Amino acid sequence: MNIIFNGNEVFEKEGITLLEFKQKYFENADVIILNGFQTNENRVLKNNDVITMLKKGVMPSKDVLEYMMMSRHTPFVHEKVKKANIAICGLGGLGSNIAVMLARTGVGKLLLIDFDVVEPSNLNRQNYYIKHLGLYKTEALKMQINDINPYIDVEIKNIYIDKNNIVELLKDYDIICEAFDNPVCKAELVNTVMEYMPNKKIVASSGMAGYESSNIIKTIKKFKNLYICGDGVYEAEEGRGLMAPRVNICASHQANMVLRLILGIYEV
Amino acid sequence: MTVNGEDLQIKDNISLYDFLKQQGYDTLKIAVELNGDIVPKNQYKDIILKNEYTMEVVSFVGGG
Repeated sequence: MNIIFNGNEVFEKEGITLLEFKQKYFENADVIILNGFQTNENRVLKNNDVITMLKKGVMPSKDVLEYMMMSRHTPFVHEKVKKANIAICGLGGLGSNIAVMLARTGVGKLLLIDFDVVEPSNLNRQNYYIKHLGLYKTEALKMQINDINPYIDVEIKNIYIDKNNIVELLKDYDIICEAFDNPVCKAELVNTVMEYMPNKKIVASSGMAGYESSNIIKTIKKFKNLYICGDGVYEAEEGRGLMAPRVNICASHQANMVLRLILGIYEV
Repeated sequence: MTVNGEDLQIKDNISLYDFLKQQGYDTLKIAVELNGDIVPKNQYKDIILKNEYTMEVVSFVGGG
């Protein structure tokens, strides 16, 4: 039977157990991940089981490293996310966090677009550090993604997105994340994409300010290809700021919807 | 007319733009689908609504 071990196919006899397999292939491994689940329980292996074994503190070869980084995913998810390409429009509280989550997920190609630089008032919710102050958000985020998962192809554009450049910027990407702050910009992006590129999927956001209940932030599907995450109500305004927890919840909704779309699941 | 899944009475010969204003929408912060198709912003004033139409409106609030 066929076992996928640290990214390579291995042929083994029927009936071999996980611990016998470990004894044979990686005796001193201290982490075993079987079909996306870390385990120490012995069982008889089945055809097409996916096994990753690693020794803590030991740097594996590059090809094995990428495979190991994705070994906690559900099997065969990595192959699909690796082929995906996603554009993220706006790299503030939503976009910076979405980008990092999709990088950890192993999305093969990311386009990151923002015109602005990192400044101190960003750090309460956006995925940047003091050392990034003054850098373009695109460049600060690209450096971080390279430290998280160097196998991701990251394209960056330092540009203000408006209706005149949306089609040219986004035409090569299948799924578009709207991650702006300004509601007029949100509507302009969504309208322009739906009008000129109706087959693209858009994952947008509306309503995540303050510290209202976490549980009112939802993902809803509207129209043919539009998904909107948020509570739909609580906007950033005088007396209601944007804070890390709810902004991250909303960003997580968007990132998970993107992942579902990559995997061919179109319901919320 | 059906708007966001609810039946609404509409005035005769009202334009999409006037209807949206009457309902309190800020037309810069919304997207509108009429009978399954996105409506370009520059057509809001030209489209006259009819009873048999189905409309979906999404509106965006700020923050991100």
